[in-house]
Amino acid sequence: MTNEITQIRTPAEKALISLYASEKDRLPGSAAVKALRGEAFAEFERSGLPHRRIESWHYTDLRSQLREAAPLFEPGSSEFEDSLRHVQPGVPAGYALVLLDGIFVPELSDLDELPGSVTVRSLADVLATGDANLVDRLAPKGLGAGDPALSLNAALMQGGVVVDVAPASELDKPLIILSIMSAGAIHAAYHRSLVRVGAGAKLTLLEIVDAVEIGSNQQNGVLVLEIADDAEVEHLTRISRQGADAIIVRSLLATLGANCKYDGFALIADGGLVRRQVFLRFDGEHSTAGIRGLSLLSGKRHADTTLVVDHAVPHCTSREYFKHIIADEAVGVYQGKVVVRPHAQKTDGGMKSRALLLGDSATMFNKPELEIFADDVVCGHGATVAQLDEEQLFYLRSRGLPRAEAEQLLLEAFAAEAVEHVQNEGARERLMTYVSDWLAARK
Amino acid sequence: MLLEIKNLHVEVEGKKILDGLSLTVKGGEVAAIMGPNGSGKSTLSYVVAGREDYEVTEGEILLGGENILEMDASERAAKGLFLAFQYPVEIPGVGTMTFLKSALNAQRKARGEDELQTPQLMKRVREAANKLEINQDMLKRALNVGFSGGEKKRMEILQMALLEPKLSIMDETDSGLDIDALRIVAQGVNALRSKDRGFLVITHYQRLLNYIKPDTVHVMAAGRIVKTGGPELALELEKNGYRDYVSEAA
Ligand SMILES: Nc1ncnc2c1ncn2[C@@H]1O[C@H](COP(=O)(O)OP(=O)(O)OP(=O)(O)O)[C@@H](O)[C@H]1O
Ligand SMILES: [Mg+2]
Repeated sequence: MTNEITQIRTPAEKALISLYASEKDRLPGSAAVKALRGEAFAEFERSGLPHRRIESWHYTDLRSQLREAAPLFEPGSSEFEDSLRHVQPGVPAGYALVLLDGIFVPELSDLDELPGSVTVRSLADVLATGDANLVDRLAPKGLGAGDPALSLNAALMQGGVVVDVAPASELDKPLIILSIMSAGAIHAAYHRSLVRVGAGAKLTLLEIVDAVEIGSNQQNGVLVLEIADDAEVEHLTRISRQGADAIIVRSLLATLGANCKYDGFALIADGGLVRRQVFLRFDGEHSTAGIRGLSLLSGKRHADTTLVVDHAVPHCTSREYFKHIIADEAVGVYQGKVVVRPHAQKTDGGMKSRALLLGDSATMFNKPELEIFADDVVCGHGATVAQLDEEQLFYLRSRGLPRAEAEQLLLEAFAAEAVEHVQNEGARERLMTYVSDWLAARK
Repeated sequence: MLLEIKNLHVEVEGKKILDGLSLTVKGGEVAAIMGPNGSGKSTLSYVVAGREDYEVTEGEILLGGENILEMDASERAAKGLFLAFQYPVEIPGVGTMTFLKSALNAQRKARGEDELQTPQLMKRVREAANKLEINQDMLKRALNVGFSGGEKKRMEILQMALLEPKLSIMDETDSGLDIDALRIVAQGVNALRSKDRGFLVITHYQRLLNYIKPDTVHVMAAGRIVKTGGPELALELEKNGYRDYVSEAA
């Protein structure tokens, strides 16, 4: 007898169990990797799909939301070229690494142009050779341990890229990890990538989640980001062109060495249910991390941003800054936890999450949390949920701006406060254009 | 008649604030309204400008002969109405220049005119700002955010100068202005005076009326106009206060 509660399996959980059973021999990996997959899946089976009684998933009950677990896509090469052609126009200039339905496609990636300072390997190849060191790094210890979505990804990961950026190097253009879902029947993709930024290197990394056709796909993607001492990384994530039934889980597992600078910004503007989770740990002193983002939600969309920022060493600075514009019956979730370990003195932490609700049916759950075990720290947080200010609206309207235009002006200003932290100029401008278009389309 | 207010009754949360107010402003006229604190002057200005949280229970407001009560605030603005706020609102994140462009072009669009391009607009704004001795740096800041009381009032007049309204309501534009600013602002207003335009100037101090000479002075108490006269009425009020009128209204 065990004291575990026997859960009733949902249809999606049953489907995932049979999916794993039928795919496990086909999924890439050495014997050792296959064993790890098995362990990860056993862990997933124990927890089941994340549900509201798991604290970190309290507001996003994937167990009840995921009604059907979609099968993996059978890659048919003729559709590959076609798929990319549909996505290319929206992709900014840079070195693109393309994941199609979770599988790295070298033929569609800009490998030939890529300077020698960047090496790219296919995750599938790395798993097949079973390089123990690399396999280890694909799941950094202590980051997101026990998270059911991460376990599921570790069991089912089909592909991805393993990227090494040479120390002290700097790319002339951003590196792009472009994750596309192809058109066709509802399908799922599980992918994991590892980007290691060498000491003193500078990198702009764009993570774009896109689709050939707006559809109801399911994806669970993980990015492991290892930033060595003195490196500087700007990391921009965009989740767009996803249907109102699409279910997207993205996890970032980041570790920072000493004297690093990390600036992340995520735009969540699409998808039916989006869960973005960031687990970031400072492993070296005097590093700074900015984790920021903007969610634009309408219809019945649900977007959850959950962060755990671990100040494991002294003298580091973190800034979390999120804005949410929530219209119609959409639901926004922000859970930000900043942990300051007992010896992490001189930590400087500041967290803000501000939501604007447009209309009475929109909902925001805002939960910033500080867990401070050191005494010599400066940490603060603020979370607000508000509506547009009627006084401001009246002032603008009295100057001739129709209500919709007045609202747009105020909302753009609200969003801009977050977007202006993006350093890459092209990306910043594209983001603001995206925001303006999104707001204009709302009217 | 430019503005015609007939028997206006206004309530807020069941409380009567305007109580049968009637008033007219002709083209070319400068009318002043004076009255004790809380008599309903700002309420009147908000109701004319189209703020919804006041309930009009009776009466009419006509602008150029047209009933504006059902119109949105922005439509009223496009028809040539302007309110210089007693307390201009700070709008964080919205650049002053962006705002001026949006306002000007929204009104032009509503009237079926071409939109102004940025260079043209910048030129106009700079010229108007110079006349009002408004520092160009202020135009780069977020609208009214961190502006001093006097700077906010000047910004109201800058907007008025750019929008060239037919009827301007100025709610205590003089309060918070230093002596030089008062003169500059008055010059701004006087420059706009013409036989087609009208002004409704709400003030507590006769001093402003030395610079902006009114044709008519109204005394407002307890939500209605209790006395109307010429400029001499303002001088009389300055001397005797409102005691004669307050008791009359009660
Ligand atoms: N939104 C509101 N809710 C409740 N009471 C209000 C509201 N707006 C105005 N009032 C009340 O209506 C009355 C008139 O206010 P109003 O601001 O119009 O006066 P005023 O003549 O402009 O005064 P002042 O000279 O001080 O500017 C006051 O008693 C005020 O408290
Ligand atoms: Mg007032």
